[in-house]
Amino acid sequence: MNQADLLEKAPVFQLKGSMLALTILELSSNELDRLDIQLAEKVEQAPQFFQDAPIILALDKCLQSAQPLDLVRLLSICRKHGLHTLALRAEHPEHLAAAQLVDLAVIPPSGARERPLAIAATAETATEHNFTPARIITQPVRSGQQVYAKNTDLIVMAAVSAGAELLADGNIHVYGPLRGRALAGINGNLEARIFCQQMSAEMLSIAGQYKVAEDLRRDPLWGEATQTYLNAEHLEISTL
Amino acid sequence: MSKIIVVTSGKGGVGKTTTSAAIGTGLALRGHKTVIVDFDVGLRNLDLIMGCERRVVYDFVNVINGDATLNQALIKDKRLENLYILAASQTRDKDALTVEGVEKIITELAEQFEYVICDSPAGIEKGAHLAMYLADAAIVVTNPEVSSVRDSDRMLGLLSSKSKRAEEGREPITEHLLLTRYSPERVARGEMLSVEDVEEILSIQMIGVIPESQAVLKASNQGVPVILDEESDAGQAYSDAVDRLLGKEVPHRFLEVQKKGFLQRMFGGKE
Repeated sequence: MNQADLLEKAPVFQLKGSMLALTILELSSNELDRLDIQLAEKVEQAPQFFQDAPIILALDKCLQSAQPLDLVRLLSICRKHGLHTLALRAEHPEHLAAAQLVDLAVIPPSGARERPLAIAATAETATEHNFTPARIITQPVRSGQQVYAKNTDLIVMAAVSAGAELLADGNIHVYGPLRGRALAGINGNLEARIFCQQMSAEMLSIAGQYKVAEDLRRDPLWGEATQTYLNAEHLEISTL
Repeated sequence: MSKIIVVTSGKGGVGKTTTSAAIGTGLALRGHKTVIVDFDVGLRNLDLIMGCERRVVYDFVNVINGDATLNQALIKDKRLENLYILAASQTRDKDALTVEGVEKIITELAEQFEYVICDSPAGIEKGAHLAMYLADAAIVVTNPEVSSVRDSDRMLGLLSSKSKRAEEGREPITEHLLLTRYSPERVARGEMLSVEDVEEILSIQMIGVIPESQAVLKASNQGVPVILDEESDAGQAYSDAVDRLLGKEVPHRFLEVQKKGFLQRMFGGKE
């Protein structure tokens, strides 16, 4: 293989995953004239913020009306006020077809969390039937192992070694020494708690608020039976 | 009914091969027909410790590739009637091992022998995985030191999830812990983890505690499994471990600091 061939093979790009904070413009009605006026008012309040701002246009919560949505006009209104539309969030076939015409990327509507509860009464009966039993682990959770209790509580009846990781959407109970990591309420449940017989954890986290061993070690309750919970976005550790 | 036992650790240099040689020899001494298989392809050591390095003709990889039959590759121990060794290949690497190949050979060995001891390589990659894949029991070798204990913990996790028994949902691998290079003096000075510390962290049953001993190095260099040195503390400790492996209740020895006698103090015994 000669030099030129090698050069040919040298990679010219790299694919990388990334999380970006983006503004979503969620449309609740397709009355574009009103949008134009209201958007102008909004932009006036913070012109810097809206200058060449990339946005996602969300149409999935837009109430259907007799008049079909004019996507081309919608995009030009946004552009007029300085907004660059990156993609469309939509599920209605009509919107999807329109997006294809103007060659705009489409992302599916976000999960159930952001969806409004249809009717409170039906939601309540639904949760009663959707009871998820807690996940119970009786064997030690070893270094390098990860246990996730989806939509429920996690109960571990043995030791959790350093280097092991417990994840739960609900609470975490450990009836043995907790030397690994425990992350409760990982779906954003601020009410989740972590209970353990011997708190020697590498990390404790509730709904994204966390403390690592360096901080935990200084806690007078290190090595004791404790519960950990969130108190006004602050992680509190108290005796059991 | 034969039993496949893997000797593993995760970390290197903790005494897996020494232990494989000692336990295998101990089982053969007690009249059980035993074979020790070296899985450390590319870093062949077992033959040296067993003192049969000059008689290796065919190895594990040759048998997998069909270049030799199993009986051609098995090396009979000169000291013991019931003991055989299957050496690893020194010229190949772990990629030469395949799940099918290993399974075929180990199953064949299990038909001929009461005990098949698999000497695992260090690490948690292919070689180590294949060594433990078919095991019925595991001896996890650990030094009383934090990084070794953590690696053993990782290995215990893999034993309970990545073995054939786990995949088929059968009864899990029986786990035994063997602590090597233990020095009660250093534990007393707070320089080393104690037996209790290690047992608490790993929460499995301890099958033996082998004291740090000059005898181990001497035995390795001479190619004699240390268990045959009945005078040495390490040899006796391994002998106890074999008894426990066979289900006997034997109290642990060599866990306390040995008081030096008057003469030893006067003339300075060896540490």
